[in-house]
Amino acid sequence: MELLRLATAGSVDDGKSTLIGRLLYDSKAIFEDQLESMERVSRQRGDEYTDLALLTDGLRAEREQGITIDVAYRYFATPVRKFIIADTPGHIQYTRNMVTGNSMADLTIVLVDARKGIVEQTRRHAFLASLLRVPHLLVCVNKMDLVGYDRDVFEGIREEFASFASRLDVRDLSFIPISALQGDNVVQRSASMPWYEGASLLHHLEQVYISSDRNMIDARLPVQWVVRPQAASVPDYRGYAGQVAGGVFKPGDTVMVLPSGLTTTVAGIDTFDGPLDEAFPPMSVTVRLTDDVDVSRGDLICRPLNQPTVGQDLDAMVAWMTERPLAVGDFLALKHTTRWVRAVVRDVRYRLDVNTLHRDESASTLGLNDVGRVSLRVTQPLYYDSYRRNRLTGSFILAAEDTNVTVGAGMLHGPD
Amino acid sequence: MDRGRPGAGTGRYQLSQLENIEAESIHIIREVAAEFERPVLLFSGGKDSVVMLRLAQKAFWPGRIPFPVMHIDTGQNFPEVLEFRDRCVAEVGATLVVASVQDSIDAGRVAEEPGPNPSRNRLQTRTLLDAITEHRFDAVFGGARRDEEKARAKERVFSFRDEFGQWDPKNQRPELWSLFNGRHRAGEHIRVFPLSDWTELDIWQYVADEGIDLPSIYYSHRRRVFRRDGMLLSVGPHVAPGGDEEVFEATVRYRTVGDMTCTGAVESVAVSVEDIVAEVAATRLTERGATRADDRVSEAAMEDRKRVGYF
Repeated sequence: MELLRLATAGSVDDGKSTLIGRLLYDSKAIFEDQLESMERVSRQRGDEYTDLALLTDGLRAEREQGITIDVAYRYFATPVRKFIIADTPGHIQYTRNMVTGNSMADLTIVLVDARKGIVEQTRRHAFLASLLRVPHLLVCVNKMDLVGYDRDVFEGIREEFASFASRLDVRDLSFIPISALQGDNVVQRSASMPWYEGASLLHHLEQVYISSDRNMIDARLPVQWVVRPQAASVPDYRGYAGQVAGGVFKPGDTVMVLPSGLTTTVAGIDTFDGPLDEAFPPMSVTVRLTDDVDVSRGDLICRPLNQPTVGQDLDAMVAWMTERPLAVGDFLALKHTTRWVRAVVRDVRYRLDVNTLHRDESASTLGLNDVGRVSLRVTQPLYYDSYRRNRLTGSFILAAEDTNVTVGAGMLHGPD
Repeated sequence: MDRGRPGAGTGRYQLSQLENIEAESIHIIREVAAEFERPVLLFSGGKDSVVMLRLAQKAFWPGRIPFPVMHIDTGQNFPEVLEFRDRCVAEVGATLVVASVQDSIDAGRVAEEPGPNPSRNRLQTRTLLDAITEHRFDAVFGGARRDEEKARAKERVFSFRDEFGQWDPKNQRPELWSLFNGRHRAGEHIRVFPLSDWTELDIWQYVADEGIDLPSIYYSHRRRVFRRDGMLLSVGPHVAPGGDEEVFEATVRYRTVGDMTCTGAVESVAVSVEDIVAEVAATRLTERGATRADDRVSEAAMEDRKRVGYF
């Protein structure tokens, strides 16, 4: 069974909660006690129907105010795949939450209300998914029952969206006409829309091909931890533990360690369950090297003929997530792979309007929920790839040095 | 795990979902060991903490787990589970710290709740926070999963606690990619939940695949019980039936391991881990909804306890 991480986003009225509720209910991931609890709370509040949003809105303030505060994670499985949903609200803190929810997603669902067509929020969702390089974008045109299951409505929305998406970097774009409330094309193909010949939503989620989405070309192992047992049973054992961030490592491979630049060979790849013939993302392994080279946490193991960019001057798209604006001259803590360094903001090159994609080059700061292109200088060289090439070696987070809070997320531009 | 090659049964260079979440959990555990000075792993002997201990073992193998293991002992645990706890910790060669709620009561730090059969569930929070302060722990691994409960569905993997041990659900750090931010000041700490993305079924499938040993009360057995608030409670030294509560013998097992006072049994004939995987896959009640009185107090019972420092 494979794992698919998906992100959903939407506002109060577009049927997102109903859709998630239906996926969870039909795949038996909602339990009777959860349903009873939702029915009880809905009755107490005087709702006319059971509010499926109560399943995801777990915090006291959310229940009392009928809002969604934060990213919620939901789980369901079919015999083919397990699904992790990062469910984000569309209204408050949308950039912060959507960037968070999309950062690990294999697929993003953008919901469009068939009656309203493409609105500002639709474009914003699609842009943020493409910014975060989510490999698969799925547009669900919802509430088809309220437009008489009219094919022309669906085709019109599809064309308008595809035209907008051509300005974005979207690798795989699909469209499904659905009614989350009536269940049309959610789990089963709908009899009301015989003109639609594609898969149901659930079938699409089960079948979408994700095996080629990870970077299997550039071998990258950021070292997390040096395993040195100092025990009589394993004398002189020295291994470098980490999660493979790209490519494939095999025993016998010639590798290079950064920053030292020393070249050596993979002596073995160890796990608790026995040695491996090869290691690839996202495996957590321990690599032994033939030579006694100096390797510590924060170093990177790669191939000598396929090295990452090494540099202290960074060019990145940054999503800003806190009230205090980002400004030139700010000092921040920056975490990239397994290292923390200090960074100083050298330049805000432009601020991007996430609704219109307009670049405001006169901007000198980024405010809460802004996205912009920023130049940073860091205290020590990073070994990185462009975010478009590798989401793991091309991303970083920023933390405030005084409060320690995470205030920004960065996606690196590289030479390619 | 005897898997043949990694990703067996999936496409080439594609891990199975269990291998995938296992790799993520190991990554999280290593990050904590590397970035914190004094981590500790909470261990109750329950299935989630047993799985967490196995993951910690894998993360540092062939080295030992580089942090101690701590049990918050309410004094009302199932005896089978305490015996299991000691054996398990000895097998992996870890150091066990036991923090006792009875000690907190004797020291006057907390008062026993009034009434018959008082639960010490809430009192654990004081004992836990005192132990964190005493040992100066700065990272505390917990076995909580997001599928367990609705407040937990919104909690981060690295969950920040202020100097009062409090969780502020409306003011959590955004968590992106697998870049975890464990930065904190002295006196603050982070709760870490490496099993966040695991479901109850995942835990059982992993227990089956790995051949992990669990306390005997997880498997079907005969036990003297009585019914209270729709739950089957075990008759024992800390729990006595009221006058109108009839005691009977039933074939039961436990889905969660908590205090004897607030953990209910479910009727079950599942005697093996395979039986349980089948039972969990078919069940229509969440494990906490079915068996935990502590979560039935109100819609936000878990959130309220977590805010003041609970697990």
